[in-house]
Amino acid sequence: MDGYNFAYLDEQTKRMIRRAILKAVAIPGYQVPFGSREMPLPYGWGTGGIQVTAGVIGQDDVLKVIDQGADDTTNAVSIRRFFARTTGVKTTEKTTEATLIQTRHRIPERPLSEGQILVYQVPIPEPLRWLEPRETETRKMHALQEYGIMHVKLYEDIARFGRIATSYDYPVVVNDRYLMKPSPIPKFDNPKMDNMPALQLFGAGREKRIYAIPPYTKVKSLDFDDHPFEIQQWDENCALCGSENSYLDEVVMDDQGGRMFVCSDTDHCESRQSDGHVGPMGTQQAAE
Amino acid sequence: MYVAVKGGEKAIENAHRLLAQDRRGNPGVPELTVVQIKEQMSLAVDRVMTEGSLYDRDLAALAIKQARGDLVEAIFLLRAFRTTLPRFATSNPIDTTAMKARRRISATYKDLPGGQLLGPTFDYTHRLLDFALMAESEAPDVATSPSNDEALPRVTSLLNAEGLIEQENSDDTAPVSDLTREPLDFPANRDLRLQNLARGDEGFVLAMGYSSQRGYGNTHPFAGEIRMGEVEVVIEPEELGFAISIGDITVTECEMINQFKGSATEAPKFTRGYGLSFGEAERKAMAMALVDRSLRARELGEEVQNPAQDEEFVLYHTDNVEASGFVQHLKLPHYVDFQGELEMVRNLRAEQAHVHAQEQMLKAGE
Amino acid sequence: MNRPTPLLSVQDLGKSYGPHLGCTDVSFDLWPGEVLGIVGESGSGKTTLMNCLSAQIEPTCGKVIYDTRMDGARDIFDMSESERRLLMRTDWGLVKQNPRDGLRLGVSAGANVGERLMAVGARHYGDIRNVANDWLKKVEIDVGRIDNPPSTFSGGMQQRLQIARNLVTEPRLVFMDEPTGGLDVSVQARLLDLLRGLVNRLGLSVVIVTHDLAVARLLAHRLMVMKDGRVVEQGLTDQVLDDPQHAYTQLLVSSILQP
Repeated sequence: MDGYNFAYLDEQTKRMIRRAILKAVAIPGYQVPFGSREMPLPYGWGTGGIQVTAGVIGQDDVLKVIDQGADDTTNAVSIRRFFARTTGVKTTEKTTEATLIQTRHRIPERPLSEGQILVYQVPIPEPLRWLEPRETETRKMHALQEYGIMHVKLYEDIARFGRIATSYDYPVVVNDRYLMKPSPIPKFDNPKMDNMPALQLFGAGREKRIYAIPPYTKVKSLDFDDHPFEIQQWDENCALCGSENSYLDEVVMDDQGGRMFVCSDTDHCESRQSDGHVGPMGTQQAAE
Repeated sequence: MYVAVKGGEKAIENAHRLLAQDRRGNPGVPELTVVQIKEQMSLAVDRVMTEGSLYDRDLAALAIKQARGDLVEAIFLLRAFRTTLPRFATSNPIDTTAMKARRRISATYKDLPGGQLLGPTFDYTHRLLDFALMAESEAPDVATSPSNDEALPRVTSLLNAEGLIEQENSDDTAPVSDLTREPLDFPANRDLRLQNLARGDEGFVLAMGYSSQRGYGNTHPFAGEIRMGEVEVVIEPEELGFAISIGDITVTECEMINQFKGSATEAPKFTRGYGLSFGEAERKAMAMALVDRSLRARELGEEVQNPAQDEEFVLYHTDNVEASGFVQHLKLPHYVDFQGELEMVRNLRAEQAHVHAQEQMLKAGE
Repeated sequence: MNRPTPLLSVQDLGKSYGPHLGCTDVSFDLWPGEVLGIVGESGSGKTTLMNCLSAQIEPTCGKVIYDTRMDGARDIFDMSESERRLLMRTDWGLVKQNPRDGLRLGVSAGANVGERLMAVGARHYGDIRNVANDWLKKVEIDVGRIDNPPSTFSGGMQQRLQIARNLVTEPRLVFMDEPTGGLDVSVQARLLDLLRGLVNRLGLSVVIVTHDLAVARLLAHRLMVMKDGRVVEQGLTDQVLDDPQHAYTQLLVSSILQP
C-alpha cells in the first residue's frame, strides 16, 4: 500500500514489538507491557493481535485469520484484507497451509505443528482483574504468586452450581508459574494449549500487554482434585460433516425452536466434507 | 439444506458504500469543504487536534468531514494517522509566558499587569438561538482586537514572589514519559498524568473535574489564570546545536490555584493544577487543571478517597479511542463464548429441574 | 536446652506522622500463649501501635522481632514482602473491629473460611469444605449457613466468621482490634466467652487493642496502658486494674462502673 511500510507499522515499532515478544517467550505466561500503537482498526477489534502479527510477519508467510473459528466472519475478512493490502503476503483458509494464524476466540481443531505461530487477540489480559481492579495490586500478586483468590472463585462456583461455571476464558497456569488468561476461547480449546508444538502469542492492544506460550510448554487449567477440569460436550454431531468431537455452533433455523449444530471451525468442517464425511443435513461431495 | 452465511467480504464493501453515501447526504446540497470546516467549525477542529495529539488543522478538518461530524471517530482517524508518522525531532518546551495572548483572564485579581483580555468567548453571550444564522449572512463587522504583543506576567509568578504558592521545580532536561511510545505505568508521575489528561476525552475529564468540585475531592480551586493565544514552537536539532523556530501554534493554558492546608513538614500555601490544550479548547484546559490537582493527592500527602484522586481509575479511563473501541467491540460476534454460556445455563437448569422433581417425588412418597 | 524465646519482641518502636506523634518508645515481649491487652482512649496511639506490630504500616524506628517457625527470630520489616505476606496469612491472624473490613462480603461463608487454605495450596474441594464446616461449628455458626454470604449474617456472626477465617491455618499469633466494638452487650458477652475458650484451647498468643477495660480484664493476662503515644503503665491485668499506679490509669479505671 502506498505511503505505508510493510505490515503498516514502521520498523522501529516492529522492533519494539519483537523485543516484547522475545521477553514474553522467555517468561511464559508473564504479561509484558509494550508501547501499543493506535492502529487503523478500533480497540477491541484485535489491535493487539494485529500488532503482534505485524511484528512477526515476513514476505514468505502464509496468513490465516479466523474469528469464532471461521475465516469468513466480517472481522476476520477485514483483518485478512488489511494484511493482504499492507504486506501482499499469501493468505489462506487452510489451517495446514498457514504459517501464521491470527485468531479471535478459537483454536483450530486440527492440531498445529512446529513452525506455525498462533496469534490470539486478547481483550483483557489480566486473569485477576475481576477479583482485583488495581493493576499495581495484581502485578504484586503475580510477582508473589498469590493466586489463592482465583480458587476462591472456583470454590464459589462449585458451592453454588455444583461445578465450575466458567465456560470461556478459563484461567490456566503456564509452566507451573504464571496464572494466565487464554483470551475468550471456549474452555473446550484449553487442552490444545498444553504442550502445543506451535508458538502461541497473545496481544492485548488497548491494555498494552503481550504474552506468550513457547512450543511444548505445560499449560494447566485450574481445578480442584475432586472437581477436575472438564470440557464441553454435545449430544449432537455436526450437521454438515458429522464430526463428533469438534466445537459446535448452534444455528437457529426458524422461530419454531428448530436448530442445528455445525462446526465452528469452518476449515475443519469443509476439509472433512471434501474427505467424504457427511452429517445428517450435509450433502455428499464429489470425491476428488 | 443449510449453507453457512458467506460473503463477509461483499457485506463489508457494501457497508462502506452506504457509509460514503450517508456521509455525503443529499447530493442536491453542495458538499462541505475541508476549508469550511477548518474555518467555521474551528472549535471542533481544536478538540480533535487536542485529543488526537496532532496539531494539524487541515487533517483534523478532513477527519471531521470523513467521520460525518463524529468527533470521537475523527480523533481516532487522526490518531491512527499520527501513529505512522516518523519522529524527526522533539521540540523545546513551549514558552507560554511569551504567548501573544488573544485572551487572558484571571479570577483571582480584579486587575493585574497586562489587564484582563476577554477575547473571543461565549462567556457573556445570551444563549439565544440566532435565527439570522439560518440564512447565509454577511461577514460580521470587524472587531477591534487588542491583541497583546507584549509578554504578560503570570498570576502564579505574582504569588510566587510572595512565597505563597508552591515552587514549580521544572527540570527541562529530565526525560519526559511518552504515552504514545510506552504503556501507562504506575505510580504515574506528573508528566505522564498531564500527557494522559491532555489526550483524554473532554467529557470524561470534565466530569471528573466537576466531581472534584462537588465534594468528591477537596481542592478548592480558583482560576488563577487562563490565557489563549499563539506560541512559537522551537526545535533544537542535535547536529545543529542551535534553535530553529518551526512556526506558531494556538494553545489555551489554565493555571488553577488551590488551597493546601499544609502537612507535617510544610506550611500552608497554595498549590497548582495545570491544563493545556491545542487551539481554544478552554473547557478542556480548565477541567484538566482540576483533575491534575486532584491526582496530586499522593504527592502532596493527601488521603486518596475520591474517584478524581485515584490515578489508576482516572488515567485508565480517559482515552476515548480506547473506550469507544472496547465498548463497541461488543458488536463483534461472540457466538463461540455465547454457545459455552448457553450450554452451561441449560445444564444448570436441567440439573435444578431434576433435583426439584426428585424432591417432589420424595414429598409425594411421604 | 535453649533459653525460651519470646514469640514477639518489640524494641523501641515508634511511628510519627511528621511532627505528629503516633506512638513512641514502645518495648515489650510477648510469650507463647500470652494475651496482651493494649488499652487507652481513642487518640492514645494504640491503633497506630497495633498497625505497626501487625505490619500494616511501617514504623519510623524500632524493631518488631518474631520467632518464625522456619528461621527463628526475624525482624518482620527486614523480611521480603513475599515472606511477610506469607507469614501474615499463615502464622498470624488479624481480626478487625469491623468484620466487613476483614471478610469478603460477596463470597460465601465457606469460601471466606477456606480462602487461606487455598492460598497456601489446598486443592481438594471436599477437604476444604470439611475444614470450613468444622470451623463454623467451633465458632458456633449453623453449618447450614455455609453457602450464604456474610452480608446476610448478623454483626456477631460476622465477627465469629472473621475469627474462624483467621484461625483456619492455626496461626500462633493473632492481633485483634476492638473485636467486640460495635456489638450489643449480650452479643459481646457471647463473643468474649467464645474467644476465651478458643484462646485457651489453642494456646494462642494474642495482642488485643481495646478501650473497654471489661474486655481487657476478661481476656488479657497482661495490660499496657497508653496515653499520648506512650506506654504509661504495664503489668499483670489484675494488678493494673485493681491497683493502678499512674494517674491516667486511675482515671480510666475510676471512669467505669464498678460491679
